[in-house]
Amino acid sequence: MRGRQIDAPKRVESGRLALVSTLGEEGLQAGPQGSQVPVLEVRGLTKTYAVGRFGKARLVRALSNVDLSVMRGEVLGLVGESGSGKTTFARSVALLERPTSGQIRLLGREVPNRLNQARLREHRRHVQMVFQDPYTSLDPLHTVRYSLTRPLQTFKVVPKNTQAEAVDHLLTQVGLVPPQDFLRRYPYQLSGGQRQRVGVARALAARPALLLADEPTSMLDVSIRLSIMNLLLDLQKAESLSLVFVTHDLAGASYMSDRIAIMYAGHLVEVGPSERVMGEPRHPYTQLLRRAAPDPASHFGAGERFEARGDPPDLANLPSGCPFAARCPHVRKECTEALPEWRQVGPGHEARCVLY
Amino acid sequence: MAPLLEVRDLYVGYGWDERNVVTIVRGVNLTVAPGEVVGLAGESGCGKSTLAFAAAGLLEPPGRVISGQVLFEGTDLLKLPAEQLRALHLARISMVFQASMNVLNPVARIREQFKDAMKAHGIGSGEEASVRAKEMFARVKLPERFLDAYPHQLSGGMRQRAVIALALSLGPKLVFLDEPTTALDVVVQRSIIQVLNDLRHDLGFGVVFITHDLSLLVEIADRIAIMYAGAIVEEAPAQLLYQSPEHPYTVALMSAFPPVGGKRKRLEGLAGQPPDLRRLPPGCAFAPRCARFIKGLCDTVAPPEVRTAEGRRVSCHLYAETVPSRPLPEAVPGALVSQNNGALAARAGQPTEVSSDEGAAN
Ligand SMILES: Nc1ncnc2c1ncn2[C@@H]1O[C@H](COP(=O)(O)OP(=O)(O)OP(=O)(O)O)[C@@H](O)[C@H]1O
Ligand SMILES: Nc1ncnc2c1ncn2[C@@H]1O[C@H](COP(=O)(O)OP(=O)(O)OP(=O)(O)O)[C@@H](O)[C@H]1O
Ligand code: SF4
Ligand SMILES: [Mg+2]
Ligand SMILES: [Mg+2]
Repeated sequence: MRGRQIDAPKRVESGRLALVSTLGEEGLQAGPQGSQVPVLEVRGLTKTYAVGRFGKARLVRALSNVDLSVMRGEVLGLVGESGSGKTTFARSVALLERPTSGQIRLLGREVPNRLNQARLREHRRHVQMVFQDPYTSLDPLHTVRYSLTRPLQTFKVVPKNTQAEAVDHLLTQVGLVPPQDFLRRYPYQLSGGQRQRVGVARALAARPALLLADEPTSMLDVSIRLSIMNLLLDLQKAESLSLVFVTHDLAGASYMSDRIAIMYAGHLVEVGPSERVMGEPRHPYTQLLRRAAPDPASHFGAGERFEARGDPPDLANLPSGCPFAARCPHVRKECTEALPEWRQVGPGHEARCVLY
Repeated sequence: MAPLLEVRDLYVGYGWDERNVVTIVRGVNLTVAPGEVVGLAGESGCGKSTLAFAAAGLLEPPGRVISGQVLFEGTDLLKLPAEQLRALHLARISMVFQASMNVLNPVARIREQFKDAMKAHGIGSGEEASVRAKEMFARVKLPERFLDAYPHQLSGGMRQRAVIALALSLGPKLVFLDEPTTALDVVVQRSIIQVLNDLRHDLGFGVVFITHDLSLLVEIADRIAIMYAGAIVEEAPAQLLYQSPEHPYTVALMSAFPPVGGKRKRLEGLAGQPPDLRRLPPGCAFAPRCARFIKGLCDTVAPPEVRTAEGRRVSCHLYAETVPSRPLPEAVPGALVSQNNGALAARAGQPTEVSSDEGAAN
């Protein structure tokens, strides 16, 4: 429930905001909920880091040619092992990191390679992040009120005289009620779950079209995890937000996501509807992940033995073919020759593997 | 078979002086048979690590055992002189600590750390220690060359394997594993679990496996004990616990773990927070969060422990009145409870009006 009293003044505002609203409306007003309007379209996104001393620097390819779209009102789960590039993807999309190459289209508009400050701010307003560590992502020196007022000012979301009201509304939305109890608190006066709720509220303050949640629950205790996941789902529905839920937890990903994208060594290897990717994983890497995940219902270990040979490849020295070839039980000669093309393996379900 | 480990009515707390002790572990009974894997699960802060330290005889001040016994192969560890206790560690009982990937000495090669550990147990010759280290590395599937590496040269998963190799190097009979895989990726976690399972079959040690990840525990444990606010509220064979949890806390905890795949279904999980252990509510410690709370009973009378024929024990008023239908010698329903059996039986099945506070309080 997007607060109407807060919505209205947005259009009254003028000047710098005009740009923001025009961009916003195109995407946000297009089509009914659940329609196939992409909020984010990423093509060939690549990010390399130079690591080591100048002259002897190694180029680490954290992201290789990632193509991915996120539809309006959709939850996309981004899953992969540690170091597979999930955070790099999220940070690149949020432009907290400058992509090495590739295109990003947001709300139907191409995001230019070089952005001036105003345009960058506008981008960040539409794409907000929730971070993994609720203990470090909030400034310990500022109160909750400050943390939430700040984005309202930066992004000129509401006029000054309704800011206090907007902050109350945000706190209510994330379940920190009554808001007066939380406004004056500092992060150390909040539990881990409460901090993460403030993190979510801060991201919502900008009224983003796309929320990138980077392992928002992995540092929290079991009892709190589900409540944060449910909060994200509720807000995502109420605000018809698009949500990218980054995780290495398969159970969490299948609980949250409409679609799941699997990353391996900086490459996207499989994308499809959540039940299909988890129920009938097609890429051998996804199959490996699926079998490794604790799943009491599957009675894993009764008969089958789990064989995981090798480690992920060195990102500074990627093989020319399929990045999973060295560990793959089905590897063929062609796998090592060139990166496999995307193949359709089911309705809305694609995998990057020569087997199909 | 005589139990390998038998923890009897153990109370453990923290405090530098006797008059200011906060009791954490409250009246725990737990047994581990030779070669058995017993899982211990519960929310953060419920006392899993504290129990493990005390049961391994490794508790250090300000931790202190208040009362109870820890019998290892019949000997009470809590009465053993420090010297004998030390001799027991690593040789007969060993522990892989929480976050133990970081317990290896960062400035010593792993081979040296093996030698030091062995020397402490009278294996003087470096030669013999090296042979043992090689053998253990092979068992945990680590390439031998990493024996001469420093810990930082190993990935998290490899370090954890090295720690496990070290913990098992003297062939202990009982191993405590405190969250051994929590920080690791699923694939790495799976291979470590498999290594542990193989080792257990080959070497026959008993295990106390601590984790908050119930899904994992259901797969690997023979029996699971669920801990809440310092007490074991339910214990049962792993499959039984998974298929028909009885304690409302177990039910709630299990519903906090979504399944992998399948139809998506909203779960509500666990609302509210565990109680402050310094100010436990009277009656059942779970009462303030319990969806099936019985007013006037759960908030005043501590629930009795009920044992069933299937090898389950559960501490909850809801099950106290069902004892007569389960002919069991050991069932000890509280005297108070039996007085209003009839009223209870009528109420037991239906949820009561009082529910826990909102998840927002987290
Ligand atoms: N600023 C940086 N400089 C150099 N290398 C980096 C940098 N950031 C990330 N990398 C490397 O890029 C790769 C991908 O990292 P990234 O953090 O995106 O992975 P991830 O999938 O988010 O992993 P995790 O699950 O551990 O968070 C890693 O090998 C990492 O070491
Ligand atoms: N050294 C200590 N001094 C005082 N209190 C302690 C000490 N160690 C632990 N505690 C307290 O004892 C309680 C139980 O802690 P313990 O570490 O046993 O929990 P746990 O179940 O292992 O939790 P986790 O899942 O987070 O590891 C907590 O309330 C904790 O704050
Ligand atoms: S492309 Fe080849 S190596 Fe890669 S996953 Fe498919 S079969 Fe395995
Ligand atoms: Mg990351
Ligand atoms: Mg612990």
